Amino acid sequence: MTFEVIGTYATAVFLLIGSGFALVAVLGLLKFNDSMTRLHAPTKVGTVGIGALLLASMTYSYVSGAPSMHELLIMAFLFVTAPISANFIAKVNIHLRTCETPPAPPQDDTWSTLKIPDEDRDLGPASDT
Amino acid sequence: MMSAPDLMSLALGIAFISLAVAQLMCMIRLVLGPSTGDRILALDTMVINALGLVILLGIHQGVRIYFEVSLLIAMLGFVSTVALARFILRGDIIE
Repeated sequence: MTFEVIGTYATAVFLLIGSGFALVAVLGLLKFNDSMTRLHAPTKVGTVGIGALLLASMTYSYVSGAPSMHELLIMAFLFVTAPISANFIAKVNIHLRTCETPPAPPQDDTWSTLKIPDEDRDLGPASDT
Repeated sequence: MMSAPDLMSLALGIAFISLAVAQLMCMIRLVLGPSTGDRILALDTMVINALGLVILLGIHQGVRIYFEVSLLIAMLGFVSTVALARFILRGDIIE
């Protein structure tokens, strides 16, 4: 077994792992029955699925004789931004009350995204948006 | 035992098909909704799947230029998700 053969096999395995994760995550997005539960599955594609595809791309670039590590940039960017966007979507769910409202925090009276200032009280709840 | 290039092209075909199916299923969730959070999530997942398709295209054609394309798509996808969520949360994107 030469280096090329092992690298090609590794590329194929990484490709299968990445596409399998993408498919399973979207199955979760379709089948789960609650907004917050649905948030769980697709955030895995952003890290593991795309990570495996980028690993496949890197391995294949070494096999085909033009080595590159640039894909690590995309991987780092995705690993940083995936939790932030998931957090924003969870806040949207809490704000629109499409999920069970989490228990009140111990210090303040309510979650800040649900808090309506006193002077805006007559405008009605924010869930009308 | 399959030879390595055969297995590689088979895996590439499977990956293309499964990412395309994933994209279609995201579109179903995008149409069904029911809430705005689900729609934003479906759009975010569609951007990530498109990113995966561009990476696969890069592997398939062996061209380096697709790296820049996927980096741009990743940045635009994050910014658009955050902009949509900000708009729902605050009624404004940049206050």
